[in-house]
Amino acid sequence: MQAKKRYFILLSAGACLVLLFYFGGAQLPASGRNRHDRSRHGYRSDQPWPHFSDPLHQFLPWDQPDTEEYNIHISPRQKRDVNTSVYKGKRCRMDSCFDFSRCKKNDFKVYVYPQQKGEKISESYQNILSTIEGSRFYTSDPGQACLFVLSLDTLDRDQLSPQYVHNLKTKVQNLPLWNNGRNHLIFNLYSGTWPDYTEDLGFDIGQAMLAKASISTENFRPNFDVSIPLFSKEHPRTGGERGFLKYNSIPPFRKYMLVFKGKRYLTGIGSDTRNALYHVHNQEDVVLLTTCKHGKDWQKHKDARCDKDNAEYDKYDYREMLHNSTFCLVPRGRRLGSFRFLEALQAACVPVMLSNGWELPFSEIINWNTAAVIGDERLLLQIPSTVRSIHQDKILALRQQTQFLWEAYFSSLEKIVLTTLEIIQDRVLQQESRSSVMWNSHPGGLFALPQYSAYLGDFPFYYATLGGYPSCQSINNSIKSHFTPAAVASQFRHIIIVLWNCDKPLPAKHRWPATTVPVIVIEGENKVMSSRFLPYETIITDAVLSLDEDTVLSTTEVDFAFTVWQSFPERLVGYPARSHFWDSNKERWGYTSKWTNDYSMVLTGAAIYHRYYHFLYTNFLPASLKGMVDQLANCEDILMNFLVSAVTKLPPIKVTQKKQYKETMMGQSSRASRWADPDHFAQRQTCMNKFASWFGGMPLVHSQMRLDPVLFKDQVSILRKKYRDIERL
Amino acid sequence: MIKHCLLSMCASGKYTSRGPALIPRMKTKHRIYYITLFSVVLLGLIATGMFQFWPHSIESTAEWSLDRRSVHDAPLVRLPVSSPIPERGDLSCRMHTCFDVYRCGYNPKNRIKVYIYPLQRFVDEVGVPISSTGLSREYNDLLSAISDSDFYTDDVTRACLFVPSIDVLNQNSLRIRETAQALAMLPRWDKGMNHLLFNMLPGGPPDYSTALDVPRDRALLAGGGFSTWTYRQGYDVSIPVYSPLSADVELPEKQPGPRRYFILSSQTAIHREYRAELERLKEENGEALLLLDKCSNLSQGAASARKRCYKGQVFDYPQILQESSFCVVLRGARLGQATLSDVLQAGCIPVILADSYILPFSEVLDWKRASVVIPEEKLPEMYTILKSIPHRQVEEMQRQTRWFWDAYFSSMKAIGMTALEIINDRIYPYAARTYEQWNNPPVVKWSSVNSPLFLPLIPPRSPGFTAVVLTYDRIESLFRVITEISKVPSLAKLLVVWNNQNKSPPEESLWPKIAVPLKVVRTKENKLSNRFFPYDEIETEAVLAIDDDIIMLTSDELQFGYEVWREFPDRLVGYPGRLHLWDHEMGKWKYESEWTNEVSMVLTGAAFYHKYFNYLYTYKMPGDIKNWVDAHMNCEDIAMNFLVANITGKAPIKVTPRKKFKCPECTAIDGLSLDQTHMVERSECINKFASVFGTMPLKVVEHRADPVLYKDDFPEKLKSFPNIGSL
Repeated sequence: MQAKKRYFILLSAGACLVLLFYFGGAQLPASGRNRHDRSRHGYRSDQPWPHFSDPLHQFLPWDQPDTEEYNIHISPRQKRDVNTSVYKGKRCRMDSCFDFSRCKKNDFKVYVYPQQKGEKISESYQNILSTIEGSRFYTSDPGQACLFVLSLDTLDRDQLSPQYVHNLKTKVQNLPLWNNGRNHLIFNLYSGTWPDYTEDLGFDIGQAMLAKASISTENFRPNFDVSIPLFSKEHPRTGGERGFLKYNSIPPFRKYMLVFKGKRYLTGIGSDTRNALYHVHNQEDVVLLTTCKHGKDWQKHKDARCDKDNAEYDKYDYREMLHNSTFCLVPRGRRLGSFRFLEALQAACVPVMLSNGWELPFSEIINWNTAAVIGDERLLLQIPSTVRSIHQDKILALRQQTQFLWEAYFSSLEKIVLTTLEIIQDRVLQQESRSSVMWNSHPGGLFALPQYSAYLGDFPFYYATLGGYPSCQSINNSIKSHFTPAAVASQFRHIIIVLWNCDKPLPAKHRWPATTVPVIVIEGENKVMSSRFLPYETIITDAVLSLDEDTVLSTTEVDFAFTVWQSFPERLVGYPARSHFWDSNKERWGYTSKWTNDYSMVLTGAAIYHRYYHFLYTNFLPASLKGMVDQLANCEDILMNFLVSAVTKLPPIKVTQKKQYKETMMGQSSRASRWADPDHFAQRQTCMNKFASWFGGMPLVHSQMRLDPVLFKDQVSILRKKYRDIERL
Repeated sequence: MIKHCLLSMCASGKYTSRGPALIPRMKTKHRIYYITLFSVVLLGLIATGMFQFWPHSIESTAEWSLDRRSVHDAPLVRLPVSSPIPERGDLSCRMHTCFDVYRCGYNPKNRIKVYIYPLQRFVDEVGVPISSTGLSREYNDLLSAISDSDFYTDDVTRACLFVPSIDVLNQNSLRIRETAQALAMLPRWDKGMNHLLFNMLPGGPPDYSTALDVPRDRALLAGGGFSTWTYRQGYDVSIPVYSPLSADVELPEKQPGPRRYFILSSQTAIHREYRAELERLKEENGEALLLLDKCSNLSQGAASARKRCYKGQVFDYPQILQESSFCVVLRGARLGQATLSDVLQAGCIPVILADSYILPFSEVLDWKRASVVIPEEKLPEMYTILKSIPHRQVEEMQRQTRWFWDAYFSSMKAIGMTALEIINDRIYPYAARTYEQWNNPPVVKWSSVNSPLFLPLIPPRSPGFTAVVLTYDRIESLFRVITEISKVPSLAKLLVVWNNQNKSPPEESLWPKIAVPLKVVRTKENKLSNRFFPYDEIETEAVLAIDDDIIMLTSDELQFGYEVWREFPDRLVGYPGRLHLWDHEMGKWKYESEWTNEVSMVLTGAAFYHKYFNYLYTYKMPGDIKNWVDAHMNCEDIAMNFLVANITGKAPIKVTPRKKFKCPECTAIDGLSLDQTHMVERSECINKFASVFGTMPLKVVEHRADPVLYKDDFPEKLKSFPNIGSL
């Protein structure tokens, strides 16, 4: 019996082994594939693409006889001329349809046609025109102009719209400077109409450039047209609301993951995507709502889902969803672009684009992958899993970028128009154009002027991107009128520039104090306030210490302020500070020089800042504000503070100073000083309100802290302290 | 697998030999019988096993031998004259119209799959091949690179992108009609959908079109020398013209800086109008320009391609390119020039004069940082334009050129992979590589910082902050701390991290009654890093980390600290500051707690910071720093300072004069900080962390933040923060 048992055991063991081998055999092909996998990493040579043992030809022969033959026949100039005559209309490019010779070197001027009487112009278009007229690009002389903008309203080219302008074709053709649209820029928001919504404007635009919303990639002429965002009639002209993001929440998820609320079109062009949204809607964190209730005869086309959808639609509040969602779906409507896009951007709700073929706004300069999720209408069902797969760090970055882009390029009509013009200017000036970094990082392309320098390190904003901060840079004293000996002893100073802004002649050479660094005296030509902030070429250092003639500063104070500035190169670092407040009785901004617990400005009578702000002050601000400053001989420091805060969105920095300075500096002692003027204060108040209206809001930001040396007024031996003089009275 | 079988055989062999020992009481003849039976079974099994795997291994050896095959062994395909011809490329094609995205599917790795057609030799009806060169060396390299990469799939049904093995790199060697017919013969052609063609030399005499003339339906084209009129933005990929020179010549990387020549022109086939223009520039600017041409006295061939001449003077090419700051790359018959690649390799900044040319990989590469593009018309102004570029910018560009070459131009593999990466990024845009990843050279990537909180934003006061108190068992002092902190107006919540596993926290009724919610979290282990854990209970952006024995900070001081943090939400804002110093004698870093004029760290015994840094500390701390801290029960604050400074590139902010936490009188040893060994250990920490981070990220500053009216001669009553403590 035992033997039989053993037989049995042996047999079953054998059977097991056979089975094992079968399984092993089944695994064999799989392991074969693994070997292929390995070979892809280059361990083995048996790769799928074989290694050929025979010698192969090179694709490029060493000599290129055909090129030479070609060169003999066609002159490159002729070739260029051929291009200009061949590539017209839909194939227009800057090379073929734009006359560069009209744009004289470094001068990009825009001419706006005078408005004809009886011509109706929508408010939006009126705003576009007045923005251009108020910008630094404007010229009233068509002979100087590089770019022309029509005074005929082309914004709405939907024939069914009340804003539609008739007979545009003849009106345009009759313009004396039309020149078949060469160097013209045409703004458009809506084109085509029901049912096909073509992108045709209904008149021959010739060789004109289009700044158009909802433009498709097929019709978009790269580097020629500009895609602009669709904005509503209520979009503010200047300033504009800030983004809704007040702080970065961690973890970055909000109540909803993905939301949408909007119309559904049932039939016709662009209806597919919105009709399919309900597949993805889950009533919890993915809330996609559509309604059929729009238009007069919606009942007629109504489908089976309509009633259910409409009921669901009314349950949710759009604003609430917008503020509480991580992602916002932006599906195409009848046209490719929709209002949802800007709304989501402002609300720091990361847009999820579902609009195949839409050339995104300002796509030429904005890298949208850093601020939006670009989906594909065909893959709608994958969208939820796609957005869920995005890492928290990425969401945090996307969200902050939406806010940066919103405030830099979209928050007001002025920004949209200026961005359009700057893009075209960059194309025209070519060598002096912004790099992608300047467009896509704070403070944005409108504040970073490429005419200043091609090198990012010359700007105060990009130190971190380049790696490192301004190291032991030297300082530059730019002094109005004449300087105090104290400032001369600072260990960091490199060059001293005296701006002689006085009607008296310059003192004789021997009367100037002896210094170890070069002193350059510039005689102001116009003797105006703004010349203090001119970008003098003699300023070769990054840091500028601006001083008034009557400023008394000690060496240590300057040295300390300079080390502080090195940590905050993009801000104003100064000594005496001032503050602003909202005067609700008078409904205007107030200015105060009282000692308060906070401040929002530092006086530029003694301040260190980056030399780029000289350039920006002179080239960015409009003549109207600079003129006001020159006329009043006042407020130049307020304007500088407005400008720097508008750029940085941060307050200036006040550093500590000796007591005496505050008293003498403010001019009670020196009678000649402009501070003694009784009108002085009232003027400054007026300035503030004037500036705020130009900036479209109050850019100044309050700060409650002052920076002192680490051991300031500590009860330790004075010998331990590096900046001793600051404490001495 | 073979190995495995052998092993199992040995094992079973052993087993059989040991058989007798296992069945000792069996009769001998039975034993022999058993053994024979067992052996038979075993042999049978082995045979079965062999049968299972032999066929496969025969197949693989066949593959092996095919690997070494010749191009001429590829199957011959005869094209009938009437074979269909694809339509010419459709200029309106875009990814959403001409590309079938469903084939790529949803893919957790966000990686497209690429299939390569097996090699075939196409001939027309009379047996003439469709291409004069057949498969070129470069195209072979390219296909090998793709098949070696993780894009490759041999499964045609899973492929998202198809690459034909028909070589169309150089249009001149092709018979256009027949090549097109061959393409249409491909089994998965389907109107060229999802097919990718690589072409570097498009067009031919006399008018040299700027894109491949072979009709190709909807196929994507990776082309060298696109003009703005033929390039379908977002669909085609612009690639460089590969320079075979770079495979032969090794040019050492040269440090950026001024070079012997300012502008160099090395191309041989320049149109005479342009050459005349260049001559004129040379006359005006003399030695700064070097104008080279072909050497007339040298024989034709490969050697002459490596020489250039100027008035009888012979120069080695491409070595001479390294001697110049700028190198001219003029258009020839075609827009794309192989010279561009040589110039980049030499670290010379290309000056590109080719109107309407779409620069290689322009979809992702920022050419403004590595080249100067000048309209052909402005050739006479070239010198002035280049002179106006700041020196530092020139050096940046020189560095950038070499990096572009290394990463994207240096081989057919680099070119092919970049093209595929670009297409991959289009299909999975949410997982696309960033601008920085594409454009920043490794040097910059290393030194630059990408702060996660980059938006300049001063958060509102109202959400307040959450105080996180780490405690072990000092209940009395803990309660005092809680009572003190609860007086701070902006406190939103108090979180006590109970780090003692042996003892339970006191009953709820015993805790001080405060106006804000108080939560107690019990930890599993007594670790210092528990202090920096991102607890869900922390609902505010701002976190105040505070020890259970810090009782002397006044309410004003804490509130002011919070106000300062609001102005600097991306920094550590703390009270006592510390410094790191380089000890020249010992050659290493030293921790300094004396009263110095400088600060590079703040103690986290009481410090405000963003909750984000809790995540960073817990999940992203480099190396073994976290374990080191927990093991040594020390330096968690130094680690936090390193972490924040490393990612933001910014120094912490020290607020108020506070120098230490303990009252000045108590010099007792109960506070660890005074202990000598403690100081030594903290110095060690700095050295350890610096080596883990690979750099010293800490930044030294000389300032601290005080309230605006601090110590000013002003009525205390009117100050917002009158009660700022002293040392």
